[in-house]
Amino acid sequence: MSRRAFRKANNAVFLVLSLIATMTGLACLAAILWTLISHGLAGMSLHLFTQMTPPPGSQGGLLNALYGSAVMTLLGILIGSPIGVLAGTYLAEYGRGSRLSTVIRFINDVLLSAPSIIIGLFIYEIVVVRMGHFSAIAGALALAILAIPVTLRTTEDMLNLVPVGMKDSSAALGAYPWRTTLSVLYPAARSGIVTGLLLAIARISGETAPLLFTALNNQFWSTQLNAPMANLPVVIFQFALSPYKDWQNLAWAGALIITVTILLLSISARVLLALLQADRGTGR
Amino acid sequence: MAIIDPRHAAKQLIYERIFRSATLSAAILVLLILGGVAVSLVRGAWPAVAHFGFSFVTREIWNPVTDEYGALAPIYGTVVTSLIAMLLAVPAGFGIALFLTELCPPLLKRPIGVAVELLAAVPSIIFGIWGLFVLAPVLQRHVQPWLIAHVGGIPVVGHLFKGPPFGIGILTAGIVLAIMVLPFIAATMRDVFDTVPPMLKESGYGLGATTWEVMWNVVVPHSRVGIVGGVMLGLGRALGETMAVTFVIGNAHRISSSLLAPGTTISSAIANEFTEAVGDLYTSSLIALGLLLFLITFTVIAAAQAMLRRLERRAGTGV
Repeated sequence: MSRRAFRKANNAVFLVLSLIATMTGLACLAAILWTLISHGLAGMSLHLFTQMTPPPGSQGGLLNALYGSAVMTLLGILIGSPIGVLAGTYLAEYGRGSRLSTVIRFINDVLLSAPSIIIGLFIYEIVVVRMGHFSAIAGALALAILAIPVTLRTTEDMLNLVPVGMKDSSAALGAYPWRTTLSVLYPAARSGIVTGLLLAIARISGETAPLLFTALNNQFWSTQLNAPMANLPVVIFQFALSPYKDWQNLAWAGALIITVTILLLSISARVLLALLQADRGTGR
Repeated sequence: MAIIDPRHAAKQLIYERIFRSATLSAAILVLLILGGVAVSLVRGAWPAVAHFGFSFVTREIWNPVTDEYGALAPIYGTVVTSLIAMLLAVPAGFGIALFLTELCPPLLKRPIGVAVELLAAVPSIIFGIWGLFVLAPVLQRHVQPWLIAHVGGIPVVGHLFKGPPFGIGILTAGIVLAIMVLPFIAATMRDVFDTVPPMLKESGYGLGATTWEVMWNVVVPHSRVGIVGGVMLGLGRALGETMAVTFVIGNAHRISSSLLAPGTTISSAIANEFTEAVGDLYTSSLIALGLLLFLITFTVIAAAQAMLRRLERRAGTGV
């Protein structure tokens, strides 16, 4: 084989391999979605949204788990995102270039990919042990800690995208930095910050590991924040590993609900970001 | 009307201080969280560390009845499942990144890129339930018998594929992990490849190099640091991943030479046993496992971030 032919053949082999890799990746996504939809739709019914998680062998739904997940996710975002946004503001505005910000940025990126089960252990140690029992508020705190790095990162990135001219104009009018930040920078970066919030909700609403020993689970309807609370991920975990067919069906239905919610959140975050960039492109 | 009202200015200054300290405290809270995690894990793990000493990490025994615990089996499981995941996901991720940056028709570039990123957004429990109900039976019925029959007889390597086909076990966990970290690795590599100046690539093409030659001799050397950083970020995820593994690992506290046998990992041991652990030493041993996981993943992720940061700086200065 001539050298030229060898090089061309070599090239073709690797390009075909790369095509196969991409196909495999996409096939995995398709396979997972297909399984979720086929199993999940079979378990879908109105009971899911009107009845509590049942004992094995009887009919039931996921109402308490859906409610618990919504409450803890919401609380987690309400606690975590203000911290993330404020810290992001510090990094982008006050601490720009300082050594402290470099360290915090680094630590934040580490927290962003730290195993979530470790955060669960942390909250167990500092909240559950002190309180003496599992509780919804402990679960919400664990989720809040997971939400902070996501919102911090996007807030900083989005504030950095605001044109310097806008900040300078505000300063030239005599505004203090706090006024500039609240009245100029936040509105300008609004859709970016909202994107961060959506991504954070998407991240924490599917988290299971940190809830296992903070919020635990609850078979019954409970709205008490200082008591164990049912939540979708832990119910899926428990029901899927059970030998009962009707529990497994509920787990699949729950898995479908969670995945669709998260994919919708991620897609809206992406669309929002695309709109933002389109805005910027036209020089508005 | 006075242009500057002193009272107004004083009030502004107070607001300024309040806002500034609010942002500063939020930023410092991030540091405190990481510090708090470290301190509380060390405190929780202390009884086990004091009781077992260094032998905690060298012993395979895990017996709640006699209250004796060693971390060797979970450490082994964590390392081996992550290695399998990396062996599968790194070449595949590289292939996807190559496809997206060099081959893909522009029309498909965004949809496929987004699809890969969506795969990253799917929560890990979904991968777990899919692995248990779909992947494990397929492996048990078709892949593992073939491996046992054809690879099991080969000396040395054969030991890895001996025993009955359980379906669940170390190998299955590794494969599920590979599918989970694939999108992270592919997306990071794609971003890293995108930072290579087009002029460098065009020079390669101008000299008559093929796509693969440009990739291997220009793009890869230029983005080496970023590639390693991306791989280690994926490794950090794989090491700490809990739910996906817990479903398919089999939860057996022992080390088998066969990859087909059930095992355990640090995170799946904690997830499975923590709420049922009775006795201070049992709980403390599980927290000590958590501390080990924290130390391992912290090192890997910090190294990965440091590398990616170096790349960003280099890209920033345009070198």
